Amino acid sequence: MATLHTRSAARLMIAPSVLLLLAWMIVPLAMTIYFSLLRYNLLMPGMEEFAGLSNYIYFVTDPAFFQAVFNTLAIVLGVLFITVIGGIALALLLDQPMFGQGIVRILVIAPFLIMPTVAALVWKNMFMNPVNGLFAWLAKLVGLQPFDFLANAPLFSIILIVAWQWLPFATLILLTALQSLDEEQKEAAQMDGAGAWSRFFYLVLPHLSRAITVVILIQTIFLLSVFAEILVTTNGGPGTQSTNLTFLVYAQALLQFDVGGASAGGIIAVILANIVAFFLMRMIGKTLEA
Amino acid sequence: MARNVSTQRKVVVTVVAWTIGILIFFPILWTFLTSFKTEAQAIASPPAFLFFDWTTENYFEVQSRSNYFKHFMNSVVISFGSTLIGLIIAIPSAWAMAFAPTKRTKDVLMWMLSTKMMPPVGVLVPMYLMYRNSGLLDTRIGLVIVLTLINLPIIIWMLYTYFKEIPGEILEAARMDGASLSKEIIYVLTPMAIPGIASTLLLNIILAWNEAFWTLNLTAAKAAPLTAFIASYSSPEGLFYAKLSAASTMAIAPILILGWFSQKQLVRGLTFGAVK
Repeated sequence: MATLHTRSAARLMIAPSVLLLLAWMIVPLAMTIYFSLLRYNLLMPGMEEFAGLSNYIYFVTDPAFFQAVFNTLAIVLGVLFITVIGGIALALLLDQPMFGQGIVRILVIAPFLIMPTVAALVWKNMFMNPVNGLFAWLAKLVGLQPFDFLANAPLFSIILIVAWQWLPFATLILLTALQSLDEEQKEAAQMDGAGAWSRFFYLVLPHLSRAITVVILIQTIFLLSVFAEILVTTNGGPGTQSTNLTFLVYAQALLQFDVGGASAGGIIAVILANIVAFFLMRMIGKTLEA
Repeated sequence: MARNVSTQRKVVVTVVAWTIGILIFFPILWTFLTSFKTEAQAIASPPAFLFFDWTTENYFEVQSRSNYFKHFMNSVVISFGSTLIGLIIAIPSAWAMAFAPTKRTKDVLMWMLSTKMMPPVGVLVPMYLMYRNSGLLDTRIGLVIVLTLINLPIIIWMLYTYFKEIPGEILEAARMDGASLSKEIIYVLTPMAIPGIASTLLLNIILAWNEAFWTLNLTAAKAAPLTAFIASYSSPEGLFYAKLSAASTMAIAPILILGWFSQKQLVRGLTFGAVK
């Protein structure tokens, strides 16, 4: 098979990627761990001293921390709920024969291609604004009081905006998986007298299970780190009502200049993400073998 | 009879699907329409849908007020730069792993992917400080470096799954005919790999163009790409709906068109080849 010559050539070709990613993985992370053990504020240069675990204690006993963990989970679960259920429904719909299927697909995919800051600002100003937004106009049209979405339901509003961005992703992947389902199997089930519901639950859903897992796990990775949508809409507020862990660490670092505290928060975020990643890696590992 | 029912069903499905499709697309359509209104028309109640005096003034206004083109070029340089550098580093690696796999190849691939799982806030503080101290803060080159690193695993994975599909026998035949490694790459592999490389390029440009964590945190006025420029509309300029819409339309149009052309590759790339 591979000669000694090609094998060492192969190693040489892989080396740059491995070295770069190794450096990217180790250097900044090691620095974060180091900083997290220091009392270090950018506003007081030269005052750095070893602080043990006090940054961690400070970070996790901050009332905002629990709110942020709760909000992080609420965003992940809320968006997953909407996009997975909506994605399955949309994929089933788009899989039916219809006129202009390609165009509908293009329309549905579009939100995923929109940069987060544009998506969030368009929703915030042109739809959710209580004075000039389209929702306010609709509410007045049917005789209701306009609702100030971002002031009164900030977390819910952010979940809606992020779900709008990710619904196309779920739909696209589930639709692709759906299209690989054998037509003959469906017909056979129909011949055997299986109704639409039992065909869905016993044939389609099991077929989609891998794609659903992929959607859930990949979205989770990205949703744990939602940032831009919060920054341009609520800035984490009112108070800390829409602050997630990512935003809390950002605020600690770049608004309060607390390098130590922010680093401790960053490490906690890494630990949380690793728990999720553990499951993702196992699943993709299986896919690779298949 | 049966055919009639199925046509009827098709019509119903069409109506439902188009309605939902247009609803989902509506915020983008609305942004596009608003970009051609005057500021007064943009907040008019009841809102004007199509019948207003179309004007392109907002587009010129956005450019003259905030030098839009500079930010557009920042986006172009950052997304294309990081993608091209990423490809140059990744193509040899993916080639080697696809055609000369060892026992450890799978572990290496999994490990590369695992770097993607690190949440960006985990390294925000040291990156910010390193960039500040080395003068990389708010520079295009600084962003190219970060975006190359965060997207490298995706590029390698995508290329790997594409290269895997190229039949190895062809390479062996070329080798038998006395082709050297470099000839093998240039004359045999490259032509077969170009579709996969093109797909990877497209997906990665989309990802880099829309990246909105590092671009927001590591840039200010000078090197800000469109993601960060649009974020400056969060207040109070965001209340100028027509200008916000014009700036947004120009920021999303190129990627929207690229994305529509590469739907299939999107699925494949974003699931690391798990769903094709």
